[in-house]
Amino acid sequence: MIAILDYGSGNLRSAERAFATSGHDVVVTSDARIAFEADGLVVPGVGAFAACMKGLDAIDGSEIIRKRVLSERSVLGICIGMQILFSHGDEHSDGVPHSGVGVWDAVVSKISAPILPHMGWNTVDAAPGSSLFKGIEDQAFYFVHSFAAKKSVGVHQTWTTYGERFLSGVEDGYVSATQFHPEKSGAAGLALIKNWSNSL
Amino acid sequence: MTLSVRIIPCLDVTEGRVVKGVNFTNLVDAGDPVEMAALYGIEGADELTFLDISASSAGRETTLDVVRRTAEQVFIPLTVGGGIRSVDDVDRLLRAGADKVSINTSAIARPQLIAEIADRFGSQVLVLSVDARRARTASGFEVTTHGGREGTDIDALAWVEQACALGVGEILLNSMDADGTRAGYDISMITAVRAVAGVPLIASGGAGALEDFAAALDAGADALLAASVFHFGIHRIGDVKSYLAKHNYPVRTNTIG
Repeated sequence: MIAILDYGSGNLRSAERAFATSGHDVVVTSDARIAFEADGLVVPGVGAFAACMKGLDAIDGSEIIRKRVLSERSVLGICIGMQILFSHGDEHSDGVPHSGVGVWDAVVSKISAPILPHMGWNTVDAAPGSSLFKGIEDQAFYFVHSFAAKKSVGVHQTWTTYGERFLSGVEDGYVSATQFHPEKSGAAGLALIKNWSNSL
Repeated sequence: MTLSVRIIPCLDVTEGRVVKGVNFTNLVDAGDPVEMAALYGIEGADELTFLDISASSAGRETTLDVVRRTAEQVFIPLTVGGGIRSVDDVDRLLRAGADKVSINTSAIARPQLIAEIADRFGSQVLVLSVDARRARTASGFEVTTHGGREGTDIDALAWVEQACALGVGEILLNSMDADGTRAGYDISMITAVRAVAGVPLIASGGAGALEDFAAALDAGADALLAASVFHFGIHRIGDVKSYLAKHNYPVRTNTIG
């Protein structure tokens, strides 16, 4: 079973249906036990880093994610759900970085580009040996974000360039993440979801 | 590695059906929105937009159902506009399965609505729809409401700048002078808005010949919205993308699925 973590963030209906195409049962939940025990946990997320962390903390989400990582249970972060896995996000003009879940030690910061958000379909430089991108290395995926992590973390790094180079995918044992939205990336996105769910 | 230009079919929806007419009058029924959305998804649309022009609350409920059914089977971004007046309206649409909402009249009436929506859901969900036409304002372009029927005396460029500062994530620029004419996008209007918008710009209104799409990109559009040329089969989405690819514009041509 795949659990999609509901912490008050955006459109979960498409995510639920997209992950269901993998053949797994899918549940949208904010229940800590269900989220911990699921074969795979999807951490979605739209909006701002700090607002997402606040929503996540309200359901003890950071703890759920950390516990899953420690017990080698699969987690997939999507978009802001990827960003909050890092140690810090400096999404706010107050200059004070916000703490993230801290799976990876890097700061999520604003992309340097004349037009933001980075919105639309872009390709990736898939990590050699990536299982997430297997068979879809040359496809385009749907991005919508203004911030990203730019430092190499994890085992496999997949990169995209828009204004500057940033991490569009990370695979690190049981924890994976994509900066783009696989659930909004048509057939390519569904193929990525299938690759991930096959590993569960 | 380049960000692709987006081709976005727009479905004007009322009472659960798709309509589109020249200059927003003489509406002609062009089909079932869920079916058309799925078809456009298969044909390579990069996003979909529903514009709800229902006059009644029953019509708006029908639209929520259309959004739900679309989001369940079409896995590309879906924007919904029309009749959105509050943060709660946005919440309902996002929960139904919309990824973005576009607002127009309600933001002109109360610009703070932009900041309220952006604060709650993030700028990326918010598209400002600007229906503009030539008029004697500072830039020569005026914002209109009610589908272009009413002027506001608000300068279109000043409005775009204000809205960007308040937190919109994208501008949908619809030229009321060009809308429905199929005589080409409004190049001078796109150029003018591009110069002041730091967010992605979707050009709308006037798409006819294949060259029109390229001209709008040259003027600075990031995405191209069209309705009647697609609904009535004058061009297929694939035709537009092949034309653009042939002329070296970056388009998404995913080969799987």
